[in-house]
Amino acid sequence: MRELKLMKGNEAIAEAAIRAGVDGYFGYPITPQSEVMETLMAEKPWETTGMVVLQAESETASINMVYGGAGCGKRVMTSSSSPGVSLMQEGLTYLAGAELPCVVVNVVRGGPGLGTIQPAQSDYFQTVKGGGHGDYKLITLAPASVQEMADFVELSFDLAFKYRNPVMILSDGVIGQMMEKVELNEQKPRWTEDYINENYPWATTGKKANRAKNIITSVQLEASVQEEFNHKLQAKYRSVEENEVRFEEVMCDDAEYLIVAYGSSARICQKSIEIARAKGIKVGMLRPITLYPFPTEQLMKRAKQVKGMLSVEMSAGQMVEDVKLAVECSVPVEHFGRFGGSVHSPGEVVEALEQKLIGG
Amino acid sequence: MSDINTIIKPENLIYKRTDVLSDNDLSYCPGCGHGTVHKLIAEVIEEMGIQDTTIGIAPVGCSVLAYNYLEIDWQQAAHGRAPALATAVKRLMPEKNVFSYQGDGDLAAIGTAETIHACNRGENIVMIFINNGIYGMTGGQMAPTTLPGMAASTCPHGRDVSHDGEPIKISEILAQLPGTCYVTRQSVHTAANVRKSKKALRKAFENQQANKGTSLVEIVSNCNSGWKMTPIKSNEWMEENMFPYYPLGDIKNQ
Repeated sequence: MRELKLMKGNEAIAEAAIRAGVDGYFGYPITPQSEVMETLMAEKPWETTGMVVLQAESETASINMVYGGAGCGKRVMTSSSSPGVSLMQEGLTYLAGAELPCVVVNVVRGGPGLGTIQPAQSDYFQTVKGGGHGDYKLITLAPASVQEMADFVELSFDLAFKYRNPVMILSDGVIGQMMEKVELNEQKPRWTEDYINENYPWATTGKKANRAKNIITSVQLEASVQEEFNHKLQAKYRSVEENEVRFEEVMCDDAEYLIVAYGSSARICQKSIEIARAKGIKVGMLRPITLYPFPTEQLMKRAKQVKGMLSVEMSAGQMVEDVKLAVECSVPVEHFGRFGGSVHSPGEVVEALEQKLIGG
Repeated sequence: MSDINTIIKPENLIYKRTDVLSDNDLSYCPGCGHGTVHKLIAEVIEEMGIQDTTIGIAPVGCSVLAYNYLEIDWQQAAHGRAPALATAVKRLMPEKNVFSYQGDGDLAAIGTAETIHACNRGENIVMIFINNGIYGMTGGQMAPTTLPGMAASTCPHGRDVSHDGEPIKISEILAQLPGTCYVTRQSVHTAANVRKSKKALRKAFENQQANKGTSLVEIVSNCNSGWKMTPIKSNEWMEENMFPYYPLGDIKNQ
């Protein structure tokens, strides 16, 4: 039996990182996720596992520290919230361009601008449509519980190193701040330099006599070389789309209507489904666990069964565009969500379902 | 008269190109100081026997392709971010030797925060700073270190300090921070200065091995293309104009 603890989502990220044998965390304080670094600093993992924890001078610096660590084949991560993650976009496109693995946690708050410290899901576009410049993608996992906050740390590192690509854990202020019981993994050892050299021969651990020098860079001065590299990136993304789609379905077998929701919205919508079903509305939910790659095929499959879909998100309507693209407008797709730091109630979701899709 | 084959015997060799330099053609303009500084770093790495434990951080600017010229592992950073990369590399692998190689725009404008805070934390790294008072690669724009009255493509009538401020003496600022152990300003435009620069670079790497904190080696260099002068004229201009504002020598040595 794994160890059971009552924790905040942010604390679970920190605890899971130590136990996964992560090599380094570099961060800058911002509400509502400062508990991640606070927990790490209080735990002092440098005395136990040797994990480096450093408070940087800005999010710009912390994402570039992540770049430096990732270039050495180390398992390194950072966390922040929306305005800080905007500052990290430069680093993220460089990480993607240099094909470096890392994990970035965004505990989303309301925007635009400095916005509010209350929860939101309005960074969906920034996360899955690019954010930084150039043709790149972030593999994106959306936890809906404190347990998933913990579990997705190790999963994210596995995906990051499998594809040599940054992975974003797209959480929000609800999941980051709320407390739930969480089962924690046993402590795992950090990777040795020999292990890194053997398994990740691109890492800059110092040029050995038996190999050419390793160069971590994203610069390609020749357009033809850059295009060829971009084709390689695109092939990688197709492979991610083929192999890494993750989703959960709730009461979909007999559903006439489908709610599509992720993260804390999905938690709220579980209650909405109970309320709606008590009223005789046959509604189910598809919860994307990976936002990129998006569960396009499964949505198209459900589009053949249901009369309409409601994308419920704490934004003015972002994921709804991907739902529409997925079902190719074969069924009506509507959006509902409170935003700017406000959180919808289960009842509001049912009302929206009735008004926007069922009619009257 | 000795036969040439007698002369070129290994025991008679007193100088050769270090193997840490690659065979690639340099992308730098003829007359530029970058190539000389690269050679000095390569020689120091070879002489200290640290080729297999040294990681270089290349910047954005003329030396963005520095990784093509030294046979060590490299990471190339976003503009100004090299000290952040170097911080993580050194903290995660404290037994390695880590240096950043940056120009004036990179280190003293866009990367000022990363530079100051890496030095303030006393990161145990070497920062090599090429100050030629201009943005060379992008075509000769005004740099944070462009001299008063000096013309550049974004100040074609000369730097107006009432509009753009005085050129920043970043090394003097960094010397104020307790985290730096060694801050020096050198040049590579004469044989004597080349020898001094090499000594400074060697000392900086030795400081790192002695865990003394951040060492900054500034090299005031010419940019004959950006300054629109012949290499010889640019070195004369540098002596007459750059050195009075950026005097050579140790600023801090602890």
